[in-house]
Amino acid sequence: MSAPAGSLLSAQDLRKAYGPTAALDGAHFSIHAGEVVAVMGPSGSGKSTLLHCLAGIVPPDAGTITYNGRELSGMSDAERSALRRSDFGFVFQFGQLVPELSCVENVALPLRLNGAKRKEAERTALTWMERLEVDDLAKKRPGEVSGGQGQRVAVARSLVTGPRVLFADEPTGALDSLNGERVMQLLTDAARSTNAAVVLVTHEARVAAYSDREIVVRDGKSRDMEHVL
Amino acid sequence: MNGWIRDLTMGARFAVTGGREGWMRAVLTAVGVGLGVALLLVTTAIPNALQSREIRGEARDDYQMSDQVMPKGDDTVIVAQVDTVFRGEDVRGRIMQPEGAEAPLPPGLSAYPKAGDVLVSPALAELLKSGGAELLDRRIDGKVVGTIGDDGLIGPHELSYIKGADDLVPTGYRMHRLDSFGTDAQREEMDPRLLLLTLIIFIVLLMPVGVFIATAVRFGGERRDRRLAALRLIGADGRMARRIAAGEACAGALLGLVVGGGLFLAARQLAPRLQVMDISVFSHDLAPAPALVVLVALAVPAAAVAVTLFALRGVVIEPLGVVRTAKPSRRRLWWRLLLPVAGLALLSPMIGKGNENGDFNQWMVTSGVVLLLVGITAILPWLVEAVVARLGGGAVSWQLAVRRLQLSSGSAARLVNGIAVAVAGAIALQMLFAGVSSYYTKETGEDPARADLSLFLPESPDTFRQLAEQQRALRETPGVTKVTAPVAQTVAADRAVDPEGNASVTSGSCAALRDLAGLPSCKDGDVFQVVGAEYDEETPKLAKPGGTVYLNPAYGTSKSKALRWQLPAQLKEATPKAAPGGGETSGFLVTTGALPEAARQSMTGHVYVKTDPAVADARDEVRTAVAQIAPLTEVNQLAATERSQRFDSIRTGLFVGATCVLLLIGASLLVSQLEQLRERRKLLAALVAFGTRRRTLSLSVLWQTAVPIALGLLLAAGVGLGLGVVLLKMVDTAVAVDWPSVLAMTGIGAGVVLAVTLLSLPPLLRMMRPARRAPQGTSRPDEGAAQDPGGAA
Amino acid sequence: MSIGHTLLGLLESGPRHGYDLKRAFDEKFGHDKPLHYGQVYSTMSRLLKNGLVEVDGVEAGGGPERKRYAITEAGITDVQQWLATPEKPEPYLSSTLYTKVVLALLTGRDAGDLLDTQRSEHLRMMRILTDRKRKGDLADQLICDHALFHLEADLRWLELTAARLDKLAKAVTEG
Repeated sequence: MSAPAGSLLSAQDLRKAYGPTAALDGAHFSIHAGEVVAVMGPSGSGKSTLLHCLAGIVPPDAGTITYNGRELSGMSDAERSALRRSDFGFVFQFGQLVPELSCVENVALPLRLNGAKRKEAERTALTWMERLEVDDLAKKRPGEVSGGQGQRVAVARSLVTGPRVLFADEPTGALDSLNGERVMQLLTDAARSTNAAVVLVTHEARVAAYSDREIVVRDGKSRDMEHVL
Repeated sequence: MNGWIRDLTMGARFAVTGGREGWMRAVLTAVGVGLGVALLLVTTAIPNALQSREIRGEARDDYQMSDQVMPKGDDTVIVAQVDTVFRGEDVRGRIMQPEGAEAPLPPGLSAYPKAGDVLVSPALAELLKSGGAELLDRRIDGKVVGTIGDDGLIGPHELSYIKGADDLVPTGYRMHRLDSFGTDAQREEMDPRLLLLTLIIFIVLLMPVGVFIATAVRFGGERRDRRLAALRLIGADGRMARRIAAGEACAGALLGLVVGGGLFLAARQLAPRLQVMDISVFSHDLAPAPALVVLVALAVPAAAVAVTLFALRGVVIEPLGVVRTAKPSRRRLWWRLLLPVAGLALLSPMIGKGNENGDFNQWMVTSGVVLLLVGITAILPWLVEAVVARLGGGAVSWQLAVRRLQLSSGSAARLVNGIAVAVAGAIALQMLFAGVSSYYTKETGEDPARADLSLFLPESPDTFRQLAEQQRALRETPGVTKVTAPVAQTVAADRAVDPEGNASVTSGSCAALRDLAGLPSCKDGDVFQVVGAEYDEETPKLAKPGGTVYLNPAYGTSKSKALRWQLPAQLKEATPKAAPGGGETSGFLVTTGALPEAARQSMTGHVYVKTDPAVADARDEVRTAVAQIAPLTEVNQLAATERSQRFDSIRTGLFVGATCVLLLIGASLLVSQLEQLRERRKLLAALVAFGTRRRTLSLSVLWQTAVPIALGLLLAAGVGLGLGVVLLKMVDTAVAVDWPSVLAMTGIGAGVVLAVTLLSLPPLLRMMRPARRAPQGTSRPDEGAAQDPGGAA
Repeated sequence: MSIGHTLLGLLESGPRHGYDLKRAFDEKFGHDKPLHYGQVYSTMSRLLKNGLVEVDGVEAGGGPERKRYAITEAGITDVQQWLATPEKPEPYLSSTLYTKVVLALLTGRDAGDLLDTQRSEHLRMMRILTDRKRKGDLADQLICDHALFHLEADLRWLELTAARLDKLAKAVTEG
């Protein structure tokens, strides 16, 4: 299987083992700009490993990852980090906001890591917080806001740099259904409006229903359900 | 009461159960407390060790206070003291000749060596075996047949030998007849200045250990809080929770006591291998007083419980989590300032006491200094909070660090407390040292430029022969650049027995005499009188041309062997001159031809030698050469200054202790740092995911320690200088700040921090690298981040 | 649930008498609702007519004559198709899905594939509902949510079953 034409980010035949256990055993993936792809599968199937490989956090043992025509495995750690700062955004289940920084400082953090001035970064951060309806929390610390609010702050942070790919790993895992739906709606709306691709790791069908299609990972192997049907 | 015990034991169980993570925490606490306890035990054992050393030294003492030679008997022994120096190290040497079956045995010997045989200390045996000590071997000049037991040594590293002989004649000087070893001589009373120094050293060393123990029992505090909350949820009330926490701390401390005991025993085993500034101790000497051991065993768990309860005072343990009273009450300054102020108040009445030889009130000194130093640990949290609250701006790494400090300035300050106290104490001590050492560093008046070795031959009939032989031998000795012409000395007095006035009589060639004084002219047969020498009042009274004096007069009841000598009719005048060994030669200068033949039987010999510093073993060559001719020759090295021996040992103690304390604190800093990093593992993973540079996170870790450290060192320098000034005033010494040493001390403190940061970087970078498991930030809640403290290791 | 496909699937493991088939069905799928023998008879006639089974032989025993049925190639293909086709997502599908999973296991097919296919079909439905929900008013949202939660429940069950496939496989092949 070769990289599907026009895909923004694709992976072929990824393999990754942690010790004797294979987390990925020949996984494939591809996503177009503006597309939302859900990665599903049981616990321990390799979903998260797939996401980490695609995002360049973890180098795969074998296989190729192509982003925007560039081969990720050929990059150094520093280059991959720089790519993550500039082109990728991340939302995790929890534990991602720096507890000491205020919400707006958290949102501004990726911009500042890219070298933006503090004031400017926080101004941009605030506009994103408005879009995610959490601008009133700007001065609060993460410990002082609810889970749903914190997650929306995290989504704002993931989008603040205008990423072309947004990686979301169980973004609603710690939320109740109402908050989860709200976060998903805001996240996918915002991503679509900026034509960003979203890689959404989830085990919840209702969350996956916000995607355009899903990929199932089982025992380290992926199945692209579009190709099956 | 039953409830109490139940809660405490439950807490104790928590301390050791709870899976790998629980064990890790227990081990951390135990090691932390253990290190502290070990240091505490060692410190309390040191006075004992030094005392046993002293006791053994007294037990083998073979000096004789009386001038009289004891009559020979079945129970006497003749001992010659032939101490020497080899490559700068002191070697204790004795030649012994038992005179009967009942002769006393010195400690460490089961039988006397035969004439020519030598018993050596283990350290000396090793030195001789190592090769390269051939010069010493030749100097000792005997066959090594055994070793001296520990009882006969003051330390395992002492170089000492006892040689057997059968031709000794007791002369009284360095060669005595004894019927027993050991003295009960009064010990030197401790100078109040030295007492103060010793006291301060102990406080300065032990205080950081206390602070350290207090920090160690707080390891894993956040986890414990969570567990206590869980207990509240299933029905424990607030007091029970506190008691459980106390039990946990207590168990950690008890475990620490066991570890500490083990470490101490290990250190004890290793102790004989260490030698610091010529002091080494036997394992069995390193035994703390039982009362102190009991005190440590009780105080450490008690302190642990107290610290835990104190730390929990602002904490409400709710079933759903631990609430730190929402906004922790702002730290107030006034009561924190009370401590150092009270300390100063206690110290101030003693200002100036040192000079009138008055004794310091030890309790007041101790509590005053302790209060001043404890004041640091009280002020520092306030200072850190006040300063970081005003910090802002800067790069991301700075922002991360500052915000973190703002949120938890207390724990940051706690981390630094130990170092701050140690540095403050060390600065104060350094000042006290610098100030006081002028008292103890004497100008000797010796001039090493003219000669660096002074040879002295005790009075004996062989003096002239030995002097001549040594002259010849020294000319052949490698490294000798100059040897003065030998002179012999005795005393001239107005009476044969119990004279009232006396002056020295120095005899030698004209060349030799010219070295000692300014002579108008000299030919063999001349006799001179030195006019106007320092401290000389007797010579003019005795110097009557043609008058009679008695050479080598006797004192007390001993039979006089004094020699009547008539001064010549013409006494030439000589002008005094400083000798290389300091002082001026006074009395009569007698050319060899003018000295009565009989006088030669009881004179001492003097020679100065200058060696080539470029020849490595030149001085040892000289010592060996002269000892082979006359073992009793005393060889002294001339130096411009001389410091009190006891003072040196105190300084040694300080350096050893300070090193241990700083290492210990460094270790504790590292442990806390790692724990903190582990707790933030999830966050680190998230930060790495969106591309945070390693440099940013590393720098933020550095700032996070550097800021409180900088503040801590600043405060420490201030308090240290203040304490130093007070202490110097107490001993009534001019106040002078030794800036290089202040910088050095703060530099060492800062160095420890830097080292700790550097050492915590590899784990940080490892945590930033994808771990064996997926990065924790994205894992499910049931795989808690800190469950795997071993991490990627 | 399709009795015809179920009986066909049971025949895949070997020819059986009509009564045997009823017993096997009751044991594995019937639970407290045993199959009427007449239904087996009529179903088998239909399958015979469609060429999906054939009569393997007749035994004359003590009772009525007993026909032994065997599955044909066409029958096997039919079962395969049935198993591979996801059910239309609708509430209370579980009994059909369960039958399909057990049959897949019994006939050595990959039950995981079956589940993936089904999940995909469910998700397709859920996407439509989610989209409608996003665009619709509150009433639409509530109605869609109801359907979504039911579909999700099915899927959760599927996931759970998938996680227990090994255990289930052991249970059905032993029974």
